[in-house]
Amino acid sequence: MTAGEQPKKPALRLQGVKKSYGPVVAAAGIDLVVEEGEFFTLLGPSGSGKTTLLRLIAGFERPDAGTIELGGRDVTALPPYMRQTNTVFQDYALFPHMSVGQNIGYGLRIRHVPGPERRKRIDRALAMVRLTELENRRPNQLSGGQRQRVALARAVINEPQVLLLDEPLGALDLKLRQEMQIELKQIQKEVGITFVYVTHDQEEALTMSDRLAVMTNGQIEQIGSPVDVYERPASEFVAGFIGISNVLLRDGVRFVVRPEKIRMLAEGEPAPSGTTVEAGQVEEVIYVGMSTRYVVRLDRGEQLVAVRQNMDAIGDAQKFEGRPVRLAWTPDNTFVLDKREVGSP
Amino acid sequence: MVVDTSKRPRPKGGGAVAFQSIFWRLPWLRPILLLTPPLAWFVAVYFASLVLLLVTAFWTTNTFTTQIVQVWNTNNFQRILDEPIYHTIIGRTLTMAAAVTVTDAVLAFPFAYFMARIASRRVQTLLFAAVLLPLWASYLARLYAWILILNHNGLLNWSLQSIGLPPANIGYTNIAMWIVFSYIWLPFMIIPTYAALERVPESLLEAAADLGARRWRTLVDVVLPLALPGVVAGSIFTFALTLGDFITPILIGGAGSSLLGNVVFDNVGIASNIPFAAALAMVPVAIMAIYLLIAQRLGAFEAL
Repeated sequence: MTAGEQPKKPALRLQGVKKSYGPVVAAAGIDLVVEEGEFFTLLGPSGSGKTTLLRLIAGFERPDAGTIELGGRDVTALPPYMRQTNTVFQDYALFPHMSVGQNIGYGLRIRHVPGPERRKRIDRALAMVRLTELENRRPNQLSGGQRQRVALARAVINEPQVLLLDEPLGALDLKLRQEMQIELKQIQKEVGITFVYVTHDQEEALTMSDRLAVMTNGQIEQIGSPVDVYERPASEFVAGFIGISNVLLRDGVRFVVRPEKIRMLAEGEPAPSGTTVEAGQVEEVIYVGMSTRYVVRLDRGEQLVAVRQNMDAIGDAQKFEGRPVRLAWTPDNTFVLDKREVGSP
Repeated sequence: MVVDTSKRPRPKGGGAVAFQSIFWRLPWLRPILLLTPPLAWFVAVYFASLVLLLVTAFWTTNTFTTQIVQVWNTNNFQRILDEPIYHTIIGRTLTMAAAVTVTDAVLAFPFAYFMARIASRRVQTLLFAAVLLPLWASYLARLYAWILILNHNGLLNWSLQSIGLPPANIGYTNIAMWIVFSYIWLPFMIIPTYAALERVPESLLEAAADLGARRWRTLVDVVLPLALPGVVAGSIFTFALTLGDFITPILIGGAGSSLLGNVVFDNVGIASNIPFAAALAMVPVAIMAIYLLIAQRLGAFEAL
């Protein structure tokens, strides 16, 4: 944005949004800004409040406090049918008594879009999700992946200000999920609609998002780009939730080293300059195909996980089990969680 | 075989195992054993009596002795087709059954909707009890209660007069019959409608709202079509029960309130013309057969 240009209104702004169900706090004063055209992900374990937040944005729930703005307009008091949002539901929520085409065109019919225009947009939406041939099928005649695409087309066709997706790939198997991740991302780029995406799958969040918010206990722990959140997690929770993290306490500083940043030194191999080296013993070797995970008990007590890419075919990984090893890492590749008084645990 | 089996331990419960393995080897045996008694009962009692009814309809009676004469003829059916009084009665019966069905559907839908989608668990249980409780009371007792309400010196007129309104005087009329039928069969409409409404996932209603549909629109576009099979299932009960009932027309109706049920009853009892009663009884059977075909097309049986 150049100076002097009018600042664009964010697609979505939450301010102090609170929601409790009895004693359970689902949203504890959430502040959040999502920019126009962004792919924004709410990531967290189940019960962290991410789905509640999505439902608050859609208007299915009313916040106890705070405001929700869509494109600069306060919609806090508006029911779902008056908001410029559309939702892709976790169970797809396709109307079983309507055909694929009728499902996709339902939003346009409600908004009295004239017939020819409607026809054009339905055709375009069907082509976008590659379902043109299946227009007259009923939802129960479709596979899981096809239903998922109908749900997406039914939402996108209305060109909402913000598209809300509630774990849309949760019910698909791994292979299909990975395909749909790519497809979703492409569609989002193509239509340029702001996506707010809820998932508990950290890999999915890292792959797809422009930015993501990590949530726990109804609060946002950190907002940032995937690289930010992975490389510089703001808290032990974030570090632990995204990827495997090894927490160490040295000289009163608590810090995290990612497993892939740890180097296992061969016997007698000198430590590269500028690295920290600690000795330990391999407790367990886990072969995971692309890489091998080594669980190492350090002589100073903590357990660390180190990952090595299986660059060469290895048949001898197991031979490390029970052996002493030295681990090396660069201090630059660690990140500090907090500093404590020396001696305190 | 020459193997000495005496030393081998016999399998535990050998007889039972052998018996079980018969079912395993002959998988069709189990359903046959399960279904034979009820099917035999059904064929012997229900189906046979229906066939007997149909056969009897083609016989006639001796006018003087009222003895059944087993001479094949279609005079009974001819009489139903020819005499205008039977057209009137069939028409009245159909109109009554339709009116009661529509009334019950209209009354049951909001009630079932409240039960299925709005009421708390506790209220739901209470409402269930309220719907089912009248079915535990005798049918006749409930009819007499209605007579006490609707007759000229009954509760209805007394209430109207005490607030200064003219008496309604609907006792012993078709209106009274319509009210009583609608009351008596209402639970049979509420339960299947409730079952259908409860099966509509909440997320479908949210999806409709999300796509811009207001409550009314959601009701028309999503809730009603998905609940329709339940309503049709309920209508099978209300329609069929009204079609065949003979006690309410006798006790609640007056002159000009004859329905098929009580005309059949009169022909069996007073007129002792069982062949004609049988022919007349075939009319509601035929109507219901057609009705069930239509209901099946509307998916009512998946909703039961």
